[in-house]
Amino acid sequence: MQLGRVRGSVVATVKDPAMEGMKLLIVQPLDKSLADVGECVVAADAVHQSGEGDLIYFIASREAAEAMQPRFVPVDHAIVGIVDEVDVRP
Amino acid sequence: MKVGRVIGNVVSTIKHDFFEGERLLMVQLVDNGEDYDGYLICTDVVGAGSDETVLILDEGSSARTIYGIESAPIRSVIVGIIDDIHELDT
Repeated sequence: MQLGRVRGSVVATVKDPAMEGMKLLIVQPLDKSLADVGECVVAADAVHQSGEGDLIYFIASREAAEAMQPRFVPVDHAIVGIVDEVDVRP
Repeated sequence: MKVGRVIGNVVSTIKHDFFEGERLLMVQLVDNGEDYDGYLICTDVVGAGSDETVLILDEGSSARTIYGIESAPIRSVIVGIIDDIHELDT
């Protein structure tokens, strides 16, 4: 899992039916000092409470689909938690 | 598996059910003694403390086997605390 910042959302009315009702958010991956690193991804919100600007953590590949239980939803990135605090020693 | 060093932790109240009660540790990846820019947010099944050098399992199905659970958004788990690394100088 990696840290990320929610930068926006994506609306797609026409999409794979298995993704129906899925909140899709634009996530900027962050490094350990919370600086932007790499490209933004579109992640499904597995906690259903993430909003723009939130510091979150996300998981990729098959584990993202696992996060969307009970249905095994075909997504490759999923937000699995909202961060209250990150404590990192340099 | 990978070698890393525990550099901190993530505090999070709103999260996927699987992570309820799990410690979320920030782990700096280490390659023959040198930090490199990768880090992972890992759960921990061996009680690793901060600054400890640890062994990280970074693959979903094995992680789920460790937790004895068939379906969960888990991939990066601290599975060992490393006492010593002996590398031949190539």
